Amino acid sequence: MGSLLLGVIAKPDLIVFLAAALVVVAGGIGVISYRNPVHSALSLVMTMFGIATLFIEQNAQFLAAVQIIVYAGAIVVLFLFVIMLLGVDRAEVFSRERIRAQRPLAAVAGVVTLGEILILGHATWATGAKAATGPVGNSSDNVFKIAQVVFSTYLLPFEATAILLVIAVLSAVYLSKRVVVNVDEALEAPLEVASSSDEESFDEVTTPKTSSENDDEVYEV
Amino acid sequence: MGQDPLFLGHISIGVVLIVIVKVLVAFVALMVSVMLMIWFERKLISDMQNRIGPNRAGPFGILQTLADGIKLFFKEDLIPDRSERFVFKLAPYLTLVPAFLIFTVVPIGGVVHIFGHTVELQVADPPMGILFVLAMSSVAVYGTMLAGWSSGSKYPLIGSVRASAQMISYEAAMGLTVATVVLVTGSLGTRDIVAAQAGSYFGFIPKWNLIRLGVVPFIIFLIAVTAELNRPPFDLTEAEQELVGGFHTEYSSIRFALFFLAEFMNTITMSAVIVTLFLGGPNGPILFGPSFIWPIIWFLLKTGVFLFAYVWFRAALPRLRYDQLMDLGWKVLIPISLAWLLLVGAMQISKVYGFVLFAVFIVAGGALLRAVAVGKESNEVDIVTTFRQESPRRGSLGGDQ
Amino acid sequence: MGVFDGFKGFKVTFKQISEPRVTKQYPEEKRPKPQRFHGRHVLNRYEDGMEKCIGCELCAGVCPVGCIYVRGADNSLDDPVSPGERYGFVYEINYLRCIHCDLCVEACPTEAITESKLFEFSFTSRDDAIYTKSELVVDDDGTPRKMPWEDWHEGDELATSGWMRATSPSGDNDFEGVVHWSNELGFGTRDPENGQSVDERVDVENPFSIRVVKADRISRQSGGKVR
Repeated sequence: MGSLLLGVIAKPDLIVFLAAALVVVAGGIGVISYRNPVHSALSLVMTMFGIATLFIEQNAQFLAAVQIIVYAGAIVVLFLFVIMLLGVDRAEVFSRERIRAQRPLAAVAGVVTLGEILILGHATWATGAKAATGPVGNSSDNVFKIAQVVFSTYLLPFEATAILLVIAVLSAVYLSKRVVVNVDEALEAPLEVASSSDEESFDEVTTPKTSSENDDEVYEV
Repeated sequence: MGQDPLFLGHISIGVVLIVIVKVLVAFVALMVSVMLMIWFERKLISDMQNRIGPNRAGPFGILQTLADGIKLFFKEDLIPDRSERFVFKLAPYLTLVPAFLIFTVVPIGGVVHIFGHTVELQVADPPMGILFVLAMSSVAVYGTMLAGWSSGSKYPLIGSVRASAQMISYEAAMGLTVATVVLVTGSLGTRDIVAAQAGSYFGFIPKWNLIRLGVVPFIIFLIAVTAELNRPPFDLTEAEQELVGGFHTEYSSIRFALFFLAEFMNTITMSAVIVTLFLGGPNGPILFGPSFIWPIIWFLLKTGVFLFAYVWFRAALPRLRYDQLMDLGWKVLIPISLAWLLLVGAMQISKVYGFVLFAVFIVAGGALLRAVAVGKESNEVDIVTTFRQESPRRGSLGGDQ
Repeated sequence: MGVFDGFKGFKVTFKQISEPRVTKQYPEEKRPKPQRFHGRHVLNRYEDGMEKCIGCELCAGVCPVGCIYVRGADNSLDDPVSPGERYGFVYEINYLRCIHCDLCVEACPTEAITESKLFEFSFTSRDDAIYTKSELVVDDDGTPRKMPWEDWHEGDELATSGWMRATSPSGDNDFEGVVHWSNELGFGTRDPENGQSVDERVDVENPFSIRVVKADRISRQSGGKVR
């Protein structure tokens, strides 16, 4: 036992890996087990930090920093915005589930996936194809290698992702643009207030019926 | 490049001790400098406003910050009933810790030799130093956001959402300007950025990034950092709702002191980062005496200039309204910094490309401005015709239906 | 509106660093108080020692915060306190409530209650806050009585009596050259203020005085008994 401990202490890599892995797993479990969504989001942040540490251990410092900047610093912030502003931060009630046998099915699926990962990992992935090859001598090569690969081998996915982001921004701008109501035609057509709220159950979020009924007549952008 | 000379070779107990000493010195120095910065700001603002400022606690009021801290320490620590306790207690630390951490990658001086080890005068020199700064300022947004949400009342929630939206908007412009600097430097490490600014043109104009890149990235970065720190003139979130308090309304005693401390610490640290990126950090001529002192002195002088500038902003500028603030961030700073990044990139390839691209930008910018103006005009025309049609129909509201 | 208009603010603030400061190091240095500063009240007396207060309770009636408590009593015929039928038997002002609006000074028909310029009187108990008549009435020299917790400065007690009213009780707004205040015990007539002049000799006879005192300054000159 003592020699095991000594063996562990002598390898700082192992200590860092164990600590970071613990943080990652704890964060992951925290995400699914907290009742309050904000606590889950914070556990997700903890997971991100653990992953960043693991990246650094693998000498991929650029990825670690970008992981924090993009994931922990922007994406989870947006999660939290939505959670805070939509007020879904009250604890959820887990007692009633609508799909029967959801939990046993989830357990089965989890076991099957774990088995697949272990088998494939042992066989192919551990020494599988790499995304970018080349000696990683000193760490400024990180950025160099990534840039080389992104702009040559993976140029099409890169551009497609860029176009996807631009589409997202444009659609957000369009959806949130203030509409000018043409009052003449609004007075002609009978106003149908969203009256179907009785039929829908109170569990679902009712989206505002903006353009379903009087699509062409009422709203002018 | 990008390797800390302390860690070359065997990690011995000496190395560990030196690292611990560096961390301690940085911690103490940062706390003391925050106290001095608060005193400096109060005194300088008073000078600009024809009054004296604190002069009772200690000589020239230097101990005023300490007195305020002690007073805050003895206040009652209120935790509101409807607040989320764990997050409420966590939020000040989420703002404070990144403030400390950013300072660790800032180079304060040159290289000294202690007990046979080569020690860089900065706490850490990771190869992606400047990205670490960006990462930590992204994490600092969490403190603001969670503080307001966890207070359990409406005003802090709205204030914190506004504050965090402001901070993430200006992070984009910050990142683009940093990318411009990194493009010219070729490395992400802070010591390399500083080393690339050594030397001078014609013997007396230093090769600072301020001059090498044109003044534009520097100005954009300065504005973006001021907005990121919630400093005047962008301090809407903590001053307009000063009647209510913004995101730190419900905080009292030591938790409030931590927010306050974090804000000023961030100010000092980001001034240091500006100096590193654009003013050459500790570079400067070594005059008389021991040679390791002079980089530190130059660094302190340059950072002092920016701290003076921040206090000057506070004294001279009125506050920006929230929509003006967001307009500035998204519609002005991001396009200009993006355009400048492309320009610098083109210049790196060849000067001809650079000038051609510059001309293209001028034409495109003019066309864009014209398009925006035309769009605004047509928008107004639509509203006017719609309103004009509205009035004759008013009488028939009861008639037709 | 140029691009660089915003920089004018910077120039102004930078220049102010070299300008002198206007702060006074209170409590070591104090500013001189304006002439009609509202401070602690005093109850005045005529030159012969009679109290001006007639116990009419108009001041208590007009006080917006209800800090004055007055009870009048009949003057005894052989030993009158005030020239009139009644005098202020109980007179108390609660300084925890007083807002120094001076409506009482405006309301008083006999100029009995006026205010000095003292405001540095922080008492340490609620009992000390209620000033009774014996503390408010001026002493034989015409100066206000000084309590041990009060911090009187030079000039605080000048011109306590004789409040200069903007409109006279007779309805005459024009006060140029007309003295409309009674003499006060020990201090004589007040000097004219800015924009006013005095043509008549006012130290002999005050044409508008509320009461003409036959004997002048009995208390000092003849050593007579003064209440």
